[in-house]
Amino acid sequence: MGAAVQTRNITRKFGSFTAARNVSLTIEEGTVHAIVGENGAGKSTLTNIISGMLSPTGGELIIREKPVRFTSPRDASEEGIGMVHQHFMLAGELTVAENIMLGYEECGLFSPLNRKAINSRIRECGEEYSLALNPEAKVSSLSVGEAQRVEIMKLLLRNASIMILDEPTAVLTPMESTKLFTTLRTLAEKGHTILFISHKLDEVLSFADSISVMRKGEIVSTMPAAGATKEQLAGLMVEGRVRLRAENPPATPGGERLLINNLSFVDRRGVQKLRGLSFWLRAGEIYGIAGVEGNAQSELLQALSGMLQGQKGISGSIQLEGRSLLELSPRQITDSGVGAVPENRHTEAVITSFSVSENLIFGRHREHALHRGAGFNHEALRQLESRLIPDYGVLCQNPQKQQLEALSGGNQQKVVVAREMTRPNLKLLILAHPTRGIDIGAIETIHRKIIEARSRGVAILLISAELEEIITLSTRIGCLYNGAISREFTQEECDMKRLDGPEFQKEIGLYIT
Amino acid sequence: MNHPLQRALVPTLSILLAILLNAAIISATGTDPIMVAERIIRATLGSSYGTGQVLFKATTLLFSALAVAIPFHLRLFNIGGEGQLQMGAIAAAISAAALPSSLTPWIAIPIAVFAAMTAGAAWASIAAILKIRYGVSEVISTIMLNFLAQGVSGYLLFHHFALPSTAHSAPIAAGAVIPPFSDLFGWFPSSPLNPSILAAITLTILFWAVLYRTRYGFEMRASGRQPLAAKRAGINPARHTLLAMALGGASAGLGAANLVLGYKGYYEAGMTAGAGFSGIATALLAAAHPLWIMASALFMGLLDYGGLAINALVPKEIFQVMTAVTILLVISATALSRRNG
Repeated sequence: MGAAVQTRNITRKFGSFTAARNVSLTIEEGTVHAIVGENGAGKSTLTNIISGMLSPTGGELIIREKPVRFTSPRDASEEGIGMVHQHFMLAGELTVAENIMLGYEECGLFSPLNRKAINSRIRECGEEYSLALNPEAKVSSLSVGEAQRVEIMKLLLRNASIMILDEPTAVLTPMESTKLFTTLRTLAEKGHTILFISHKLDEVLSFADSISVMRKGEIVSTMPAAGATKEQLAGLMVEGRVRLRAENPPATPGGERLLINNLSFVDRRGVQKLRGLSFWLRAGEIYGIAGVEGNAQSELLQALSGMLQGQKGISGSIQLEGRSLLELSPRQITDSGVGAVPENRHTEAVITSFSVSENLIFGRHREHALHRGAGFNHEALRQLESRLIPDYGVLCQNPQKQQLEALSGGNQQKVVVAREMTRPNLKLLILAHPTRGIDIGAIETIHRKIIEARSRGVAILLISAELEEIITLSTRIGCLYNGAISREFTQEECDMKRLDGPEFQKEIGLYIT
Repeated sequence: MNHPLQRALVPTLSILLAILLNAAIISATGTDPIMVAERIIRATLGSSYGTGQVLFKATTLLFSALAVAIPFHLRLFNIGGEGQLQMGAIAAAISAAALPSSLTPWIAIPIAVFAAMTAGAAWASIAAILKIRYGVSEVISTIMLNFLAQGVSGYLLFHHFALPSTAHSAPIAAGAVIPPFSDLFGWFPSSPLNPSILAAITLTILFWAVLYRTRYGFEMRASGRQPLAAKRAGINPARHTLLAMALGGASAGLGAANLVLGYKGYYEAGMTAGAGFSGIATALLAAAHPLWIMASALFMGLLDYGGLAINALVPKEIFQVMTAVTILLVISATALSRRNG
């Protein structure tokens, strides 16, 4: 078999910034190729070029021995190239089936859509590849994990022979990821070519045939996965030695901070999301909630942040140091010492068109220390910036001028984490997928900061689909399944089981599926 | 596209292009475009009376453009400037006519201006409340409120306040008249230009400062761009919607005060003459940026009065076409350069 994708000296510049420099890469047909690298290393730029989203400013792209020049994703699609983006490209107002058909209706402009056929194909495909989806569900009502399944399904049903996936497992649990990779392997055996971006070196090593490492816009190495090691890859990705694990000194929890008792929630469509969820959280400990996306994590987060204030269908109680949070507005909740890194950074945590420094105070702009008159105290803002930006390792040149959206995903997340963790009088910190889709260097920084905050006596609720993260950081772990805690691991259990991570992951896996 | 001069390049070029296009239109109607241009410039900038007229028109436009621009920063499209202007105008006329004639201007003018602002704000708030409470699009409700304002003001005028066998209300109290600059200092002789223009400029600068220099503006811009994120950050988007619409309506009310107290001295059917709609164009021309609005109001004021001056040469309808062509061209060029930039 020949090369499916070949790039020759591909370069892409954004103004004076070079996102990809002289990238030359050959991906054989019928193989699974992984690209690893830190955030901002140029992985997304490269994949966007191959999928026709971006045109290169230099170099050549060759698909199946044929030089091509894509001006749109449609061009790439005609060459059999399909992409699953990190940020989903779905129409929220349409159903799963409609999204999958969109642009490929396979019928005349004015003839009715063949819903039955598509629905049954979605169900078949769902069973075959373990991507359970309700074709009639509206996409806006899906969780992040479910929405991603739609994206993957879209590619599968369109029979793209070259599939590009930008961090496909960022939102999946290890078990779902394994299923996905089994799917991808099967496809590769049938002659499809898979190219994916990942931050998870373990999955790259177990599932890819070959691996390219990118750093600062260049490919620094391409190697077969067989024989490569995690340390070797990590070493190539970042200069210097990296620790893959955060140090987690034993926790000494204080008094009870958060008490959630028998919390239930039925949403507007009458679907019961939370079913008698109960747990408690002490000062100076991290309570990790492990679970597959779509098991009411979103609803729990909404309830905790005041977004369900005044809604019907909610029962039970949430108390922070004896004060009920359910009746409070988002503002009252943050004012009582709650910081949160929400699930969807772009829609919930930042204003992407604001500057980095404006985002550092977004949501904290009511703090008197930052005020002067009706405006802001610019000295205080500069002080906050010069403290947080280096401390959290945010890479940006000019925080006052640079828009947040100009930063890479990992750096955007660091901005949010820095802002939330340094709130004055922080009592409770809610972290939803704090390291989703960001590079090892940034993960390490964020993990260290989480442990630091815990040691300061902050009560931390950690919700993550990343079991390794949950196990590494949590003092206690609750397994969330179908809107309730199905099993809770005590501090002693966690301390003991943490010693054998993979075994512990398997055990947790039993309670969340 | 970061330097302010660069940003001004596209609108300037498109205005030049519009001038060429308009010259072609004029030629097509069989008139010499150079002569028309000369006549416009002579009538507007060529005399202090003409300049005064242009600035007077620009004042009302500035107020009605702010009525659009303030809510625009919350992604609210206020089409209701015309209705808010009408309600403001009738409120100003009724209240100012009811004041005792001996009342000093220092009290009479603020009372009448306040009445105009309140009426405009209240009218715009209806749209905001419909939006917050029932999710009604402000575009639709403000259009409907324009019709409603037409009806309500017409009813009030013809059935309650019009002087017998006229189409206007009783003259306002002497103290409520905003004296023109020509009476005060002899500037711009016999033109209606009055101190309202200073209020309009101050308001525009104030709006800029509030938007970009205060926490209120910070919250406002945030909730306009990403309402969900704003809500999570403890900002109340509903409150901002209400306030921005009310402030926009109040600004339209000020424009009405300029017309009633600073020019006509009474309320007359049709006196707003679409200034509320021109305000939409004025705001869009400046992409709702508070400082550029001043330039675009001046430009629109120039066209407005220039059109009157050349009535004999170029039919009014053709001049309306020309104005619309200019606005369309500038707006599309700006949108295009933003997408590619």
